[in-house]
Amino acid sequence: MGGQLKLQPRTEQKVVQVFMYLMTSIAVLVLVFILVVILKNGLPQLNLEFLTKNPADMGREGGILSTIVATIFLTFIALLVATPLGVGTAIYLTEYTVESRITRIIRFGAECLAGIPSIIFGLFGFILFVNKLKFGWSILSGGLTLAFMVLPTIIRTSEEAIKAVPPAYRLVSFSLGSTRWQTVTRVVLPSAIPGIVTGVILSIGRSIGETAAVIFTAGSALRMPTSLFSSSRTMSVHFYILAKEGVSMPKAYGTAAVLVISILVINIVTYYLMEKYIKRKS
Amino acid sequence: MKQRGILVRDFSHYYGENRSLNNINLDVYRNEILGIIGPARSGKSTFLACLNRLNDLIPGSRVEGKIVVDDQDIYGPEVDVVALRRKLGMVFATPVPLPLTIYENIVFGVRLLGKNNRPELDEIVEDSLEKAGLWAEVKDRLHTSALKLSGGQQQRLCIARVLALKPQYIMLDEPTSGLDPISTMKIEDSLRTLKKDYTIILVTNNTKQAARVADRTAFFLMGELVEIDETRVVFTRPSDKRTEAYLEGKFG
Ligand SMILES: Nc1ncnc2c1ncn2[C@@H]1O[C@H](COP(=O)(O)OP(=O)(O)OP(=O)(O)O)[C@@H](O)[C@H]1O
Ligand SMILES: [Mg+2]
Repeated sequence: MGGQLKLQPRTEQKVVQVFMYLMTSIAVLVLVFILVVILKNGLPQLNLEFLTKNPADMGREGGILSTIVATIFLTFIALLVATPLGVGTAIYLTEYTVESRITRIIRFGAECLAGIPSIIFGLFGFILFVNKLKFGWSILSGGLTLAFMVLPTIIRTSEEAIKAVPPAYRLVSFSLGSTRWQTVTRVVLPSAIPGIVTGVILSIGRSIGETAAVIFTAGSALRMPTSLFSSSRTMSVHFYILAKEGVSMPKAYGTAAVLVISILVINIVTYYLMEKYIKRKS
Repeated sequence: MKQRGILVRDFSHYYGENRSLNNINLDVYRNEILGIIGPARSGKSTFLACLNRLNDLIPGSRVEGKIVVDDQDIYGPEVDVVALRRKLGMVFATPVPLPLTIYENIVFGVRLLGKNNRPELDEIVEDSLEKAGLWAEVKDRLHTSALKLSGGQQQRLCIARVLALKPQYIMLDEPTSGLDPISTMKIEDSLRTLKKDYTIILVTNNTKQAARVADRTAFFLMGELVEIDETRVVFTRPSDKRTEAYLEGKFG
């Protein structure tokens, strides 16, 4: 290859290694930077009152309890709908069909769904759930919108996890006289659980952090939600409004800190539980 | 006269357009060990998978002809495939314990039937492990992961798991191909004992193994049954040149 830079294999390996280290450290640095900025500004705001009082005076005073509750409800509904739907789709795609035009269409559809900006989901949710189905700005509309938004992630990760289950397990299961359904529930799913849970956790993180899709569908009322049909403001929407409208920067940072910490805690706890699950299995 | 358990008549099998078994005719007698030998890709595994219809799972798999097991045409319209697979237990080349405890591996097939009575399961576990010659080695750690067993123990676990189904037939597909000589010997010993109560079909790519344990031996080549006879006859006076060539190690 005349003209091209040619390196000794050893040197080349070194160069690649240094490059990888560099990239990894940049990623870690960015993470650390975000954490430091948010925690430095946010942690001083955190106290019991912040977590247990509802916002007052548009968020200038009080805490963020109602937004925490709204976030939990919304995320819960989103995952309650998306998990069975997503895992079910993944099971159907991997265990009940052979590759065909239909499975390709379903997969392509899921891929497309994954590529749609969240604000478009917001618009879709607004038109369908808020207006057409008359759920109004509500926990329900927001939750369902989020469900559709995270559905591709759950389908994809579940499919990967299910495909990673050794084919020999299925063969053994069938040879011992199980039906397809028994094979799925007794052999495939238990082995795929860690992967499926990973997808669910990713989705929880995305739901908690999502702003654009939620502001259009769940609304931004600061009251404590009392039913599925309450309009309510999630933490991320609260943060967005506090920051954008200059209501209160300290409160905005406090909210951000709670958001970041909860996502971190969820990730760490799940990671720990998965480790234990995998250890116990093998 | 020996009783016939399985009758295979004019049987062919296809993967899509490719024929993998061509016009097979043979009988399997009750309580015999039938050895099946033949070079790679000669259709031995396919033949086993046809007997318990595991081939149904492969898209494009198609059969012609007839297989009768215990007087039932197993490709007939009213066959209960799940029951058929319990009747013809299968042990694969690589031992595949499910990622469960030893105990749960053994009772896997029993639980599928909805049997969950603890004393009954305990008895099945002990009985099956005993028959597979594994009980003494694992009786103190039944509730630990089966994945921790050695290769030879795993394969005996797989045999025990099949025995727990109370099958009539046991089909083994090169069950010792990955095992050391001692493990291999243990498994061959169990097979000799098991044939009192079961009919055994043993696929092996080790002709010596067939010579050691099989009552009769069938030689498969490129999807065809070249010959089947008493093991002694096949190994000393084969009626077909190709069998002779294979046994002398000329191909395979
Ligand atoms: N799932 C499959 N799809 C398509 N063709 C297959 C499949 N399994 C086996 N075959 C083909 O069928 C023929 C017989 O294969 P089979 O595995 O039954 O042979 P075998 O005698 O068991 O060989 P080995 O000693 O290598 O295990 C081969 O040509 C193989 O390529
Ligand atoms: Mg084979």
